[in-house]
Amino acid sequence: MGRFRLFLPLIAFGLLAVFLYRGLSLDPTALPSALVDKQFPDFALPTLASDVPTRRDDLIVGPALVNVWATWCYSCRVEHPFLVELAERGIPIIGLNYKDEPTKARQWLAELGDPYQHNISDTEGVLGLDLGVYGAPETYVVDGAGNIRYRHVGVVDQGVWEAHLADWFSAEE
Amino acid sequence: MSRLAVAILLALLCSHALAVIETYEFSSEFLEARYYQLSQELRCPKCQNQNIADSNAPIARDLRALLHRQLEAGASDDEILAFMVERYGEFVRYRPDVNSQTAVLWYFPVGAVGLGLLMLGLHLYRRRGATVSDAPTEAQLAGMREALDELSRGRKP
Repeated sequence: MGRFRLFLPLIAFGLLAVFLYRGLSLDPTALPSALVDKQFPDFALPTLASDVPTRRDDLIVGPALVNVWATWCYSCRVEHPFLVELAERGIPIIGLNYKDEPTKARQWLAELGDPYQHNISDTEGVLGLDLGVYGAPETYVVDGAGNIRYRHVGVVDQGVWEAHLADWFSAEE
Repeated sequence: MSRLAVAILLALLCSHALAVIETYEFSSEFLEARYYQLSQELRCPKCQNQNIADSNAPIARDLRALLHRQLEAGASDDEILAFMVERYGEFVRYRPDVNSQTAVLWYFPVGAVGLGLLMLGLHLYRRRGATVSDAPTEAQLAGMREALDELSRGRKP
């Protein structure tokens, strides 16, 4: 017992070191969506192409990525070329133009290319609220049954695609 | 000097007044009180160590506006919290419900303090016996006094 007590500080240090080391590789800002494994929320919103309110079932046919973007969002500009590349590889991407001006958004797509099958125009952020969006860009994986399976907050690049998103689309590629 | 100290303290207190970003009109003081209570309790999903009352993030502004709308529409506190949790997860609450997931959060501090007190008590209880037996006897004390006297006598010739 006496000898064992000598090693207690070392053991305590070891445990603490393991916890702290683990902490280094955790992303404290990673926040799983509260809607994972739930239906994508229903909506009736215009698209960038037409002012007629369109509903969820007409626009979102999974498996697909739903990408939340806006022209005021700097990171979205960084992300955009990779989305164009994904679209070229045949990955269906639906845009959610979040709290943005449709004219500016259309101009952006004309300039930088349009990777989106459709673009929901959510000028007031209503659908954004129902989705639990807290900052663009965010990307959701919606499966064939219309359920949200994954959310990534931040820029999607090759690394993120391979690590978290590609598996849902293995059949397409 | 003390005037300066008072001035500095007052200046520090002002930061709290600055935290209020926009003001809303409420139909009753009761609703206003609940607005302040709830906006303190709801966490901003974007800037994770601030509540929505203190945060400048656009999402916090949206959530404050939403909170105001819901309160005026007559929603109960529980309804509002449920609405927020449904969209942003249990994460948005600074005071989450007690359930199997949050039990550690609620009970660990109490348990840790309890364990600490228990160990302290045990330690003190053990030491009490030791101090008694380690105390010098009268004979030993007398010897020490004698030695001290001799020393002090030797220093002053």
